[in-house]
Amino acid sequence: MADIPIPVTETATKKVRFRGESTVAKLLLSPSLLLIVLFVYGFIGMTLWVSISNWRSSTMDLSLSDPIMGVYNRLFSMSRFQTDLRNTLIFTILFLLLSVLVGLTLALALDRRIFGRSVFRNIFLFPYALSFIVTGVSWRWIFNPETGVNLLIDNLGINWVLRNLGLPEFSPAWLTTPEVVGDIGAWMPGLDGLKTQIGIPLALVPVVIAAVWQLSGFAMAMYLAGLGAISDDVREAAQLDGASGWRIYRDIIIPLLRPITISILIILGHVSLKIFDLIFAMSGSGPGFATDVPGIFVYEQTFRATRYNLGAAASIIMLLLVSIVIVPYLARTLKELD
Amino acid sequence: MASHPTSRSGQSRFGGVGNILIIVVLTVAVLFYLMPVYVMIITGFKATADVSLSTMWNLPASFTSDGYRDAWTRLSPNLATSFKLTIPATILSGLLGAVNGYLFSKWKFRGSDILFTVLLFGMFIPYQSILIPLIRFLDFINLYGTLPGLIIVHVVYGLPLTTLIFRNYFTNIPSELLEAARVDGDGVIGIFLRIMLPLSIPAFVVVGIFQFTNIWNDFLFGLTIITNPKSQPITVALNNLSGGFAVEWNVLMAGAVIAALPTAVIYILLGRYFIRGMLAGSMKG
Repeated sequence: MADIPIPVTETATKKVRFRGESTVAKLLLSPSLLLIVLFVYGFIGMTLWVSISNWRSSTMDLSLSDPIMGVYNRLFSMSRFQTDLRNTLIFTILFLLLSVLVGLTLALALDRRIFGRSVFRNIFLFPYALSFIVTGVSWRWIFNPETGVNLLIDNLGINWVLRNLGLPEFSPAWLTTPEVVGDIGAWMPGLDGLKTQIGIPLALVPVVIAAVWQLSGFAMAMYLAGLGAISDDVREAAQLDGASGWRIYRDIIIPLLRPITISILIILGHVSLKIFDLIFAMSGSGPGFATDVPGIFVYEQTFRATRYNLGAAASIIMLLLVSIVIVPYLARTLKELD
Repeated sequence: MASHPTSRSGQSRFGGVGNILIIVVLTVAVLFYLMPVYVMIITGFKATADVSLSTMWNLPASFTSDGYRDAWTRLSPNLATSFKLTIPATILSGLLGAVNGYLFSKWKFRGSDILFTVLLFGMFIPYQSILIPLIRFLDFINLYGTLPGLIIVHVVYGLPLTTLIFRNYFTNIPSELLEAARVDGDGVIGIFLRIMLPLSIPAFVVVGIFQFTNIWNDFLFGLTIITNPKSQPITVALNNLSGGFAVEWNVLMAGAVIAALPTAVIYILLGRYFIRGMLAGSMKG
């Protein structure tokens, strides 16, 4: 009932609007839109052209490659790029899983009256305000295999316990190991042509931990906003129905948070597909490209090796991956705008 | 998040075991989130000889500011660059975003929502996919390698986010205000200057601190657009500090603290607005 006046106001706006004013609005918007058309769409178009050209040295050569998809064929047959795609996939899965899990746990723990609630929230969100480079250099020091976490594990007596149980000590090489655990390609038909082992590169684990440290606070804040929006009526009704404690969360509140989870997966997912700074500062390509990702590949091919067409092609693949996640999200937003 | 009625007190619903569990979870989480901060700060205060492998987690044997002094000497030009870059880029992208957001929310025309979405896409692209033409273009207009060039880049790629935040903000301002101004004879620009701009201070704060943080923390543009190491932004300089085989960890950690300080201070002082900007940036504003 209450929203009847709003459409009336809207019609009034249209009636009072003078001819020519919409032109003023369009004129004022045009500089920004022209800039975006050039800097986003125009430049993407040019990168696309470079990616099918013969430009692979410091001298520009925009003649088209023959066959036209030649650069992409070469890109996908490179074992390094196959490894990069595997790393992006593994990194994204682990990072999203842990961020959502940690974010939800923290939000649920803070969804109550508790002493110092906002202090806790601010501590957990704090890393979000920092640069990936700061995060990268400090976690690189923490995951130094000769000291860092391994020393902490030692100091906490974990290895003492393991030794006494007759078990091997726990002192992983973290960022410095080329080891890849598992080999799906070996028993999955169709994957046997790959030049990379489809498994979990162990060196990627510390990077995932650093990324979760930095961005799980974002998931927590999103969940807290969502929890704040769930009305107390819902909670009270559930309590009156005899549901209590954990069951209210499991059966009612967590299912209501589903749209929030989807938003978190989209936002953090696209960050993860683009990831560059953090890995660049923390481990670079890593041993045997164990932590290499397309972002680093593009940078090195373009700025170090001046193989512009190859770098451009890899960047277009990054753009496609991000678009798969983002375009449906934007389309949904557009629909909700009216 | 504003009000927490008693029904959410939690005590009655979880009982003693649940509360202990929550305290354990929160304690472990606090240790995890503060651990790198602790390491950064204490390592920065150690003397070079004190940064040994076996005492990494210990407090410094004696506090010395040598690490910070050394990091400051090496990073202060880059810190200055970062300020000279971030402040104008934040202000310019904020002002343009305010105009765009106002027009997209209050002066809709046929196709304006589609144009808004087209603009928004620019916020998500991996910047690797525009770098080669961007650098060629900056070179063409003689701004490659210069601070003004980098400022323009940040203003343009900041537009989608600032427009989004302002659009969401202005949408919630009742259209009756516009009607009143209209009766007084104001047009598109007059309404913006006299009605909307004075009302939009909170949105400027949100956009300001959020864009400041984004631009300050950028790495890729600073790395590829500014070629002279002396005039690269602080994030790039910090990363250069960590290159080479013999890393001086106390200097590097002090440098990390210096690079993190401006955004950390903003976050600590204005965290509330920061969270608002973050949520708006995820399109839920």
